[in-house]
Amino acid sequence: MKLPRFSRKTLCIPYAVFLVFFVIIPMCVIIFYAFTDRDMHFSFSNFLQFFSDPTKLSTIVYSIVISLITTVICLVIAYPVALILARSKLKKKFVILMLFVLPMWINFVLRVNALRELFNLLSQAEALAWLESANIFKTIVGMVYDFLPFMILPLYTTMLKIDDSLYEASADLGGNAFTTFFRITLPLSMPGIMSGVTMVFLPSMTNYVVSDMLGNAKVTIIGKFISDYFGNDWHMGSMIALVLLIIVFASTLLSGGLNSDENVRGTNL
Amino acid sequence: MAEHIIELKGVTKYFGENLIIDNVSFYVNKGEFITFLGPSGCGKTTTLRMIAGFELPTSGQILLSGKDISALPPNKRPVNTVFQRYALFPHFNVFENIAFGLKCKRVINTYRNDKGEEYTKKEKLTKKEIAEKVKKALEIVDLEGFEKRSISTLSGGQQQRVAIARAIVNEPEILLLDEPLGALDLKMRKEMQIELKKMHDRLGITFIYVTHDQEEALTMSDTIVVMSDGVVQQIGTPTKIYNEPANTFVADFIGESNIFSGTVVGKKKVKFCGKTFDCVDDFDVNELVDIVVRPEDVKMVSPEEGTLKGEVISVVFKGIHYEITVQVGKYEVVIQSTESREVGEKIGLNVAPDGIHLMKPKYTTNVFDGVITKHNTVEFANGEFECDVTQLYPGSYIDEEEYLITKEGEKIDLTGTEVRVEVGLYDISISDDEDAGGTTGHIISIIYKGDHYRVIVRTGDSDEDEDFVFATEDLWNENDYVSVIIPKEKIKLSLKPKAKEDQE
Repeated sequence: MKLPRFSRKTLCIPYAVFLVFFVIIPMCVIIFYAFTDRDMHFSFSNFLQFFSDPTKLSTIVYSIVISLITTVICLVIAYPVALILARSKLKKKFVILMLFVLPMWINFVLRVNALRELFNLLSQAEALAWLESANIFKTIVGMVYDFLPFMILPLYTTMLKIDDSLYEASADLGGNAFTTFFRITLPLSMPGIMSGVTMVFLPSMTNYVVSDMLGNAKVTIIGKFISDYFGNDWHMGSMIALVLLIIVFASTLLSGGLNSDENVRGTNL
Repeated sequence: MAEHIIELKGVTKYFGENLIIDNVSFYVNKGEFITFLGPSGCGKTTTLRMIAGFELPTSGQILLSGKDISALPPNKRPVNTVFQRYALFPHFNVFENIAFGLKCKRVINTYRNDKGEEYTKKEKLTKKEIAEKVKKALEIVDLEGFEKRSISTLSGGQQQRVAIARAIVNEPEILLLDEPLGALDLKMRKEMQIELKKMHDRLGITFIYVTHDQEEALTMSDTIVVMSDGVVQQIGTPTKIYNEPANTFVADFIGESNIFSGTVVGKKKVKFCGKTFDCVDDFDVNELVDIVVRPEDVKMVSPEEGTLKGEVISVVFKGIHYEITVQVGKYEVVIQSTESREVGEKIGLNVAPDGIHLMKPKYTTNVFDGVITKHNTVEFANGEFECDVTQLYPGSYIDEEEYLITKEGEKIDLTGTEVRVEVGLYDISISDDEDAGGTTGHIISIIYKGDHYRVIVRTGDSDEDEDFVFATEDLWNENDYVSVIIPKEKIKLSLKPKAKEDQE
């Protein structure tokens, strides 16, 4: 009797099943809903309505601006930390890195909840009473707090791979600290910056839990918008989701394309 | 006298507690090709990195043309480095890599204003000047037309050339090369050796070269600095270092050699392997010496004509010559000759006087500082040994309570007494049973001396290590972890002057 051959391809089956049921079918459903009206007839009305409705467009712009601010703040905080850690000869630098990454291991909703309570507590003080209504500020603080590790990790791993002798070579050839940073360190850490930016920018566009809990539901980002529509109008909800998907896809393509152009070593997490 | 372009004065370097460079002083003549040669970990790369400015000396001075540059950062020094693994910038192409240094450079140009007064301005090099210099540098390393190539598409040898071009394009006063050929294959390495040498002749700048490859050093250098354990062992021309090694380390490290222990028996007469030879070095009679005989200096003759007689025990064909090992009594002599011999053949050996090189031995006895413990044992070299303490006071003996009673009947408690401990070369043995001896350590060096091995065992941590030197007929391996055994009666103790005073 011939035993059924167990090839390596067989190992893919679980993932293929997952892919079909949780990615491909839902995707088709979203596309189907996006291009049909309430009577399930094919229509472009959602599409046209979306791009002619100023509230929807402004929400998208608003989301992008908030995500951008979050990303920039994360980058500004994470870059020096990652650089110092990667270049230090400390034996315990792994511990310091862990301190930055540790919050990732605590439930996200719990952390945001804790942050909200902290803000409530702080706004009791007279000098900090403005916090009460600073919804955008609180949302951004919450997002930075949540996404910072995703910026530090790719930056750190990329910088770790830059050979120390390159810094030495730059100094040896007459480059001062300024030249070395802008001509060696920055370009070589670009892959890390790119993947860090992608990993912070995209989730902060859609993660409405933070804006809901910290922004007193006054800050509406695109993710919140989609979830609201799915309450009564699946068709519009699907269309917004599809538009978001295309924005995400385009921006990934953009950063990915930049990576392969630059012939640099480094990882994309 | 040639100008000293670089001079090191008493340079010492610690990494944390570890002593890497121990009070090194030497100078480099302008335009010279000088090589730091030594086994890995001898401090040669650290010395180079201190000249480049990547490491600062813990103490001592580095003078460049007489000016102290010890504290200058690397970008302020007129030296350029070719790194061991090239360290080319992966995100730049060949042109950008080579132009990097030129773009950082500012030159002082003199102008004349309307009134005819001269004034100077610090300016960048123009694009055209940079392009010209890069082109010239690429010509020197034979890579014309490679400007646009990306670094990752180059072979190891080409990357090596780019690294050299990147350094020489800045017209440094000194070019530092840190084992630059280490990553190339043998044939490529030989070609690059010749090219580097030619480049040195053409450019006329000082080359400081670091390598552990003695052949490379002999081929290329005007001067070789042999280093070991953070100390300069010998400085000299390749010929001088090969023909007149300063000690057994140099003799053993540079080329093949037969090393023997011997005694001077008369004016320019030395006895080793049981026979007396004429030699050219003049040492005091009865002095113990180390003798180096290069394998090519041993002549094979018929048994009747030879001073030494022996039997061939192995013949190995090496391409240009045969390597023949001859057993002479209990000694082994290695010979290189274009003639072959049969294994088992009886032959005679002769060595001309100028083939025998005498050296003062580095080690004749082991001397340590020790302390007497409670139980009349002695503590030294990170271990504790049984010993005979009565030798400190002639005629004394030990009573039942383990006190020392002197000849005069005085009772002395020796606990804590500082003593000088002396152990002869032939009085030490080692064992791989860790508990067999008084202390343990790693073998750090083994040198074959014809009929025995000269072994050095290092005990203790790096900051308070002590070395035992001794002779053994057994072959051990470097880095073996062994215990050191010294018979009780072979440990010679003497009171230190201070301790003596206290006792009296």
